[in-house]
Amino acid sequence: MKLYLRAVGAVIWKDFRAEWRNRENLSAMLVFSLLVILIFNFALELDLNARASLSAGVLWTTFIFAGTIGLNHSLAVEKDRGCLDGLLLAPVDRSVIYFGKAIGNLVFMLIVEAIVLPIFNFLYGFNVFQPGFLGVVILGSIGYAAVGTLLSTMVVQARTRDILLPILLFPLTLPVIIAAVRASQGFFQNLPLAEFSIWVNILVAYDLIFIAVAFMVFDYILED
Amino acid sequence: MKAKPRLLTALDILSFLMVLTAAGLVFYYAPVEKLMGAVQKVFYFHVATAWVGMLGFLVAAAAGIFYLRRGEEQWDIVGVSAVEISLVFFLIAIIMGSIWARPIWNTWWTWDPRLTTASIVELIYAAYMLLRSGVDDPERRARFSAIYALFGFISVPLTFISIRLLRTIHPIVIGSAEAAGQGGFNMDAPMKMAFFFSLAAFSVFFADLLWHRIRLGELKAAVESLRVKSFQEEK
Repeated sequence: MKLYLRAVGAVIWKDFRAEWRNRENLSAMLVFSLLVILIFNFALELDLNARASLSAGVLWTTFIFAGTIGLNHSLAVEKDRGCLDGLLLAPVDRSVIYFGKAIGNLVFMLIVEAIVLPIFNFLYGFNVFQPGFLGVVILGSIGYAAVGTLLSTMVVQARTRDILLPILLFPLTLPVIIAAVRASQGFFQNLPLAEFSIWVNILVAYDLIFIAVAFMVFDYILED
Repeated sequence: MKAKPRLLTALDILSFLMVLTAAGLVFYYAPVEKLMGAVQKVFYFHVATAWVGMLGFLVAAAAGIFYLRRGEEQWDIVGVSAVEISLVFFLIAIIMGSIWARPIWNTWWTWDPRLTTASIVELIYAAYMLLRSGVDDPERRARFSAIYALFGFISVPLTFISIRLLRTIHPIVIGSAEAAGQGGFNMDAPMKMAFFFSLAAFSVFFADLLWHRIRLGELKAAVESLRVKSFQEEK
């Protein structure tokens, strides 16, 4: 078990080191998220009334779009430079690669969110620094990264990989999006937790189910 | 090359007769619903086609599991056949639902759980077909689409629950008292008869189409291997 965790850690560490050297991925995700927020601001005319009901949706749409960029990049780099074969040669279980990549993607998403959220707070005046809300952000990102990493590993091996990921990913992650938006809205509008705790439960259920299934099928994705 | 099995021809005829009888029952046997009038007739085939759409999804997910466990090409053919057929039936169900909704709910479309879930399912099917067309290697294509069918199948109930929690106006037709105000109704015996017969007819029709499509897939694979063989012989 200890060896397994060390191997997962090694995959994550490799991703961080590569990212630290060029910062391609993080900067692209970050600039993109800021642009999306800006576009929503003008497209939806977010005045005070509209903000209360729409901001949670704007926030999650931003995270999800930015997440797609990160997911696409994360596996495309491995494939283009032939690193995927190198990873596959490593004498470890295939699921190590999955968990390593998924956790790496999750951390990149969380870093971007950690920068976007204060800006969001500053622009729209919602208090984002509530432990419950941050928990929702983490739970939603986990579900998205778990399914997204699996699908992007599949997509990089396809001919039409540049366009395929969002098409495959969005319909499957709809429960995460709905639940995360609803739970965030609950926190933004200061509702009592009992009124929207069901959405947190759905997030937890989704995360557990899909991590388990991804763990079971990941071997088949990297078979050759 | 295998000739068309006799049983398949029999199934062709049976499903044709059953769908025809179902149409007859719907139009001439089942009474006209008091409040909604003739438009309610769409209900029988609407539910039946939607049922076939979901059935195909189930078949595709099950075929996906079998493919991943056994690695036999025929399961891939079963999976893609089921999805292709259900893609069409589900679209028919959605359009019929829309036709029904227009006079009853006074709108072509609402974001009700079942309507939304139906459209998501349709999109997952479409994504499945796009995924298949994007992967060239047949063995890899089979693996990926098996996994995607499985994932789609698991996510759909969660999607349904999530949207259901938001709000619903879709009637729960059978055995629900509060549905009456939203366009639900109680079925009397002839209506039930027409309804269940339609379900059975479309299930048989689905099985028939599935068999045809699987056969087509197998023939296609056979032609492909013949082509490869003759190509190698030329060399």
